[in-house]
Amino acid sequence: MARHSELAEKNEQLKILNGGIFEAGELPYFKDKIGLTGHFPLRPKKLEIFQVNVGYMCNQVCEHCHVDAGPDRKEIMTRETMQYCLDVIRNTGAHTLDLTGGAPEMNPDFRWFVEEAAKAGIKDFIVRSNLTVIRANKKYHDLPEFFKKHNVHVVSSMPHYTRGKTDKQRGDGVFDKSIKALQELNAVGYGMPDSDLKLDLVYNPSGAFLPGDQIAMEKDFKKALKEDFDIQFHNLFAITNLPISRFLDYLIASENYEDYMYALVEAYNPMAIENVMCTNTISVSWDGWLYDCDFNQMLDLKVASKIKHIKDYNEDLLNDRDIIISQHCYGCTAGAGSSCQGTVA
Amino acid sequence: MANSYYDPADLRKFGKITEWSEEIGTKFFDYYGKVFEEGALSAREKSLIALAVAHVVKCPYCIDAYTKDGLQKGITKEEMMEAVHAGAAIESGATLVHGVQMMNKYNKLSM
Repeated sequence: MARHSELAEKNEQLKILNGGIFEAGELPYFKDKIGLTGHFPLRPKKLEIFQVNVGYMCNQVCEHCHVDAGPDRKEIMTRETMQYCLDVIRNTGAHTLDLTGGAPEMNPDFRWFVEEAAKAGIKDFIVRSNLTVIRANKKYHDLPEFFKKHNVHVVSSMPHYTRGKTDKQRGDGVFDKSIKALQELNAVGYGMPDSDLKLDLVYNPSGAFLPGDQIAMEKDFKKALKEDFDIQFHNLFAITNLPISRFLDYLIASENYEDYMYALVEAYNPMAIENVMCTNTISVSWDGWLYDCDFNQMLDLKVASKIKHIKDYNEDLLNDRDIIISQHCYGCTAGAGSSCQGTVA
Repeated sequence: MANSYYDPADLRKFGKITEWSEEIGTKFFDYYGKVFEEGALSAREKSLIALAVAHVVKCPYCIDAYTKDGLQKGITKEEMMEAVHAGAAIESGATLVHGVQMMNKYNKLSM
């Protein structure tokens, strides 16, 4: 079961993020921090990434999940909303389409949506797959071939190259299933050194600490996965866990919240604010609402624009807005920065 | 005043030592930062050395800092524990090797 704690309630989360050590003045509000370098209000640049969350249903219940996804989540994008998205995808200036979830493959219209979207000729078509879904049920076993057929760029979560750390974060048995799924993706050509079939991995820290250097981690992952399992992949994206939803719940329950916020604020990198993903991304929720990013989506902070829904989409009007920020945004500006595409600075 | 000699929150204030002696404090932090950069040893290897030394010098701040640093660098708990044992072995060995001095003195004083 997904853990629908009190903290999953969005207002409660925002109250925590705006109160406590920030309200007491121990740490600066994000708007004040970015204001020091003239970045407030934060404004979009050219739209590059159109990200669609096709539903919160997932076969896993990961401890760090900012979506609070799980098998019991009923929020699933309908074909009608997908149709609105396709209309946008065919006309957008964005070069990347990024499908996420939950496990996007569990949406009953997922394959239809991929087939239709692939025809739009978008340059980089990403599907964020949790890997285990490929092994979860017979009906998903052919996903590697399906992805290949539509030249999908597969981005998969892999918290560590050891069984213990992976299973602790993502559940028992996840490591073995993920390894098998990666081998199957390799078998059809994904992730091989000269292959156009892109396979990237996402690393999230399995606890209350920030990710290490992305390049060093990639080197360690590549060496271990190749030596131990003969697995290859292209790039590793190191993504910081943002203090929202299930991860915020964990931080508070484990009494790590204040230390974690201090660590994020101390690691603030003014270079990262230049390239945070909300400046080049639009995030669409399962029910068609528009957000500055997937994290704001989970906090139900809809875009500050009169264009708020996919059915009214207008890229020029939408780009003329202020991005909504709160203290969770420190997660994207810490260290080398963090985005759905890894580091940004 | 705190009612304990060690307060975990003091670790966050480490940087403030420069406020009372800016020049040498800054030089220390520059040196410290440089030491832990990638070099002939990787930053990962240096982090494990720091963790072992942290235990030997029994610095609770350093233990917290380099356990977290190890996690950030993807170092496993088995690697961390082996590093602690390496430090402990040297420390206990350093005690035990003095046993030779005891043996020498014993033999010298005995008929």
